Amino acid sequence: MAKKIRVLIAKPGLDGHDRGAKVIARALRDAGMEVIYTGLRQTPEDIVEAAIQEDVDAIGLSCLSGAHMTLFPEVVKLLKRRKSGDIVVAGGGIIPEDDVPKLKKAGIKEVFGPGTPLAHIVDFFRKAAKGG
Amino acid sequence: MARPVRRLRRPRESLREYVDDLRHGDKRAAAKLISLIEDDEPEAAEAVGLIHPHTGRAHVVGFTGPPGVGKSSLINRLVRAFRTRGKRVGVVAVDPTSPFTGGAVLGDRIRMAETGTDPGVFIRSMATRGHAGGLALATFDAVRVLDAMGLDIIFVETVGAGQSEVEIATRAHTTVVVEMPMTGDVVQTMKAGILEIGDVYVVNKVDLGNADTLVANLKFQVLARDGWTPPVVRTSALEERGIADLVSVLEKHRSHLKSTGQLRRKEEARARQEILENARRLLADRVRSLSPLGKSFEALAAEVAARRLDPHTAASRLLKHAGRSAIRGAVRRRPRRARGARAS
Repeated sequence: MAKKIRVLIAKPGLDGHDRGAKVIARALRDAGMEVIYTGLRQTPEDIVEAAIQEDVDAIGLSCLSGAHMTLFPEVVKLLKRRKSGDIVVAGGGIIPEDDVPKLKKAGIKEVFGPGTPLAHIVDFFRKAAKGG
Repeated sequence: MARPVRRLRRPRESLREYVDDLRHGDKRAAAKLISLIEDDEPEAAEAVGLIHPHTGRAHVVGFTGPPGVGKSSLINRLVRAFRTRGKRVGVVAVDPTSPFTGGAVLGDRIRMAETGTDPGVFIRSMATRGHAGGLALATFDAVRVLDAMGLDIIFVETVGAGQSEVEIATRAHTTVVVEMPMTGDVVQTMKAGILEIGDVYVVNKVDLGNADTLVANLKFQVLARDGWTPPVVRTSALEERGIADLVSVLEKHRSHLKSTGQLRRKEEARARQEILENARRLLADRVRSLSPLGKSFEALAAEVAARRLDPHTAASRLLKHAGRSAIRGAVRRRPRRARGARAS
């Protein structure tokens, strides 16, 4: 049995816009990955709990409410606290350019804005799962 | 197949440590062990060996039925109900793998989101990875892990099943078949397959109305088996109706299995199946390898392709070879001990 890449796609915060998250989930599925989608309005605690139980290689966070500066770093922090800092975290949604370096400094490996080609995102998760 | 062991990323954590942590209820250890068995890593067999002695406590309840009848939503309600009764609960939810890309979207967790961070609940999503029958190959190894973790009840959700995905019934202690109103006439409930395997039948979505016909049709079809008449329970996962009835029916079936000795018989039937499955896999691995058996396999394949031998005869010869090489292996091991005995 070939080793499968497992990715959690999650929506922290209170906005209800999950079209983007679903498109990403579908693209990763079509790239042969197992994608766990957890639905809307998840707390960072919920997301980290799900990531640990599902033993995923990476988490993709989607946020369009503007709360990313609070929610994304919180996920990274909680993962570390649960001995799971090896799970790669990426983010997407409406993220102002100025916030990107700050998020990266807080441990978000990559930030994907609107218009990012899907192939680019697929490639990122593939590399992330290989530990690179 | 040599593959780097990526799941065990920290070499300091040995398999034994994982199993120790698991028995102390550590969710991360449980998750890592499930992955390592699911990915068929080199330590998978050893892991199952270490875990198996600590299992046998949990009540394993399988849920099957067509896609969209509300299996996940029902399980979500049941998880809450058993939690309020002080039970620790596990869920293994299976969704299909794409036959084209090998990918999968596992969405059962969405319906179970309200369990959130409850320390007494563990949910694992699993893709079928090409296994037919409504389950994944590793589904019941995941159940084993959760059982060893000390959970009281484990729900297994099959992929949305059609009419013939009945494997769950040979694996779970209690099989629940979920249907919903307005999905067909009485002939649908007369068909063989999935509608025969239930220990419990649930008509969910009674909020849609028109449930009476289906309930009556199901009651007309179910037969008492081994002293148990499968009840038909009406529920609405949406409106949280009938959940307490379902809980008490599940508990009643569990005590029925215990008091009649059927629990033991079911466990033995499952063991038989698991041994055969593993034997089949081991044999397949060996014929595909470079062993003498692998060589005779290749030779037999050439004979069959050349029409000098038929596949049936070839298979029985292969099994004879397998038996002989197993005996040779045993003989090779024995003289060493005999020599040691003579020397002393």
